[in-house]
Amino acid sequence: MTDQITTDPSKAAQRMRAGSMTLTLAPWVIASVALAILPMVFTNNSALTIMNQMSITIIFALAYNMLLGQGGMLSFGHAVYAGVGGFACMHIMNMSDFFASFPLVILPLFGGLFGMGLAMIVGSFSTRSAGTVFAMISLGVGELIAACSVIIVAFFGGEEGISGDRTYAQPFFGVEFLQQIEVYYLTAAWVVASAALMYLWSRTPVGRMANAVRDNPERAQFLGYSSRWVRFYSFVASGFFAGVAGGLFAINYEILTEENLNTASSGVILLVTFLGGVGFFFGPIIGAIAFTLLQTVLSLSTELWAFYAGVLFLATVMFFPGGFAGLIMMHVPAFRLGKARLLIMPYFKTLLPGAIGLLGLAALVEMTFHYRHAATGDNEMTIFWTTFDSHAILPWIIAGAITVIGLGIAKKTAPALKEAWDEASTLGGVS
Amino acid sequence: MDLILVNLIDGLVTGLLLFMLSAGLTLIFSMMGVLNFAHASFYMLGAYFAYQISIALGFWMGLLIAPIIVGVLGAGVERYGLRRVHQYGHVPELIFTFGLALLIEELVQFIWGKNQMPYDVPDILNFTAFAISGNSIPAYKIFMIFTSIAIFVGLLYVLTKTRVGMIIQAALSYPRTVEALGHNVPLIFMGVFGVGTALAGVAGVIAGPVLGTFPGMAFVLGSIVFVTIVIGGLGSLWGALAASLLIGWITTFAKSYNIEMENVLNAIGISTPENLSDSVFRDFWSLTSPQIADILPYILMVLILIFRPAGLFGKRSS
Repeated sequence: MTDQITTDPSKAAQRMRAGSMTLTLAPWVIASVALAILPMVFTNNSALTIMNQMSITIIFALAYNMLLGQGGMLSFGHAVYAGVGGFACMHIMNMSDFFASFPLVILPLFGGLFGMGLAMIVGSFSTRSAGTVFAMISLGVGELIAACSVIIVAFFGGEEGISGDRTYAQPFFGVEFLQQIEVYYLTAAWVVASAALMYLWSRTPVGRMANAVRDNPERAQFLGYSSRWVRFYSFVASGFFAGVAGGLFAINYEILTEENLNTASSGVILLVTFLGGVGFFFGPIIGAIAFTLLQTVLSLSTELWAFYAGVLFLATVMFFPGGFAGLIMMHVPAFRLGKARLLIMPYFKTLLPGAIGLLGLAALVEMTFHYRHAATGDNEMTIFWTTFDSHAILPWIIAGAITVIGLGIAKKTAPALKEAWDEASTLGGVS
Repeated sequence: MDLILVNLIDGLVTGLLLFMLSAGLTLIFSMMGVLNFAHASFYMLGAYFAYQISIALGFWMGLLIAPIIVGVLGAGVERYGLRRVHQYGHVPELIFTFGLALLIEELVQFIWGKNQMPYDVPDILNFTAFAISGNSIPAYKIFMIFTSIAIFVGLLYVLTKTRVGMIIQAALSYPRTVEALGHNVPLIFMGVFGVGTALAGVAGVIAGPVLGTFPGMAFVLGSIVFVTIVIGGLGSLWGALAASLLIGWITTFAKSYNIEMENVLNAIGISTPENLSDSVFRDFWSLTSPQIADILPYILMVLILIFRPAGLFGKRSS
């Protein structure tokens, strides 16, 4: 887990960054404008659904990273806080008189408060220590509440969950949130607001101390900070934003079930956050976008998407513990030195054959799967827009050859890439 | 009385099965300080391998070979996966094993499909050993009990009485010193990891026919195993045994006796509210012990972690 890049006051651009608001504001303005424009580019409803899903995942993943990345606390049951926030919002939706007295826009706030309330209760004993004990308590509490969802029917609605209708709220400047696009803008506004708040939180002394406690709790104690309370504050704040995500989920889908609470959902959010990269604030955002795309696009085209996601996840943990964000930030020195163009050709030579080889490998996997599990007599399969007989030998040879050649070239050109990398990220020499 | 005896035997079977998993897990934990989330996945692999082998060579060869394959796989995971991730710290290690558990489940579904495998009790053990006032106890349960006990005794003997066991115990506490004395500590770690996963494999082989061999079997038992070793005290073999038996008996008894929350609350002097069906707490009042049997271990764990974070037998402070 890499730290934030330190600023270098001798450089003008960085002095600006440390001092003024203009440069730090730029990404936020760009992101807001992009969020506002996106639905005009992707107008169909399914794209809107994906983008809503993405926004909710972004908030949830950022909230999760307040624990994992900034506080060093690994939680295996964080879906519970989002779920409980969502369920609370659902109940508020069903309380018609109360629900009609305020606009829908502020409903996620209630979700956040309920998530925060639960986090305060659980955090009061779970944040005494970090590491394995914390992870185990989070797992236990997560399983407990997920199991309760089937038992306590009054609140969780049992197997079928509970549902509501978002349109009964007080109209917000005449908007009743009947349409998907209106919900999109509501969600987008909440994403920007929550992300900004979480970013600002990470800049406050509490947020800074969370980092300190993550890295060296003992030393933080010696400086006079109770690491337990620092962890508690992070936990409660994280619970709040998780609850906000849950509230948005309630608004968006109008139904919550046991699935929003269980360990699988908690596992997914861990996966998303880690894929994106826990070391940087924007990591979970990338993770949420990439994972939602992966999930929706890949699950449409293959039954094995969870398998690929698992492989990707393991590869990330093993080889790029910084996640996508870490990969991106690795290139910052090269850009700063003005040598980034040195990398273009080697990347092209290594990554392109590598990607083709991996696609060949995926084809082999798909063919094996089809060979083993398709109904007897159903020999035809389609991948990469070609239809063929999975029991014939020729497609296997072709896919195998593509794999071997692609990966072979990548392996052969890898040393050159490494050389170029070393060259590009070190000072001096010809550029 | 007879029912109590039957439940005691059933609980013992569950408990000893849990112990076979938790013994390996707790060994691995005391060695590397990392909880292996994929431990139950190795248990599942054991069941699937044994099923595949039993088709060709019969149950007994499955019992012999499947754990060895699982152990070798486990050693490979340690050597090529965990050791690599180790340099990044504890949290990535936990995350790695978590991802591995997901991946193994997907892999099993990929190879064997989503349905339950027809992996059955071998014919030679498929009879009733004895009956307690009409409740028959199958011979396979007795076989499970004796296998588990044999493994526990063997493990205890190796760990406490042999030279290898001494070196392992020393390496658990003072790896640097043992390394300086000329022992290959990484090899020991790999070996312990392999043996731990092989134990999980054995558990899978003998549990597969009873509990069912299906892709969700790791998930069903997985979190309970962590709960077990947390309750018992991380790193303590005796604690793992005690906690396994405790959980085995608690869940069995909770399932077979229908204790209602209403009666309990009435007994301690709280009277049932008038209009129960409208009350917010109606679900709480109508709770029964079979309903909460499966979450009792979690409640126990949370309580233990709050009041005695080191676990029942744990020495290591958190």
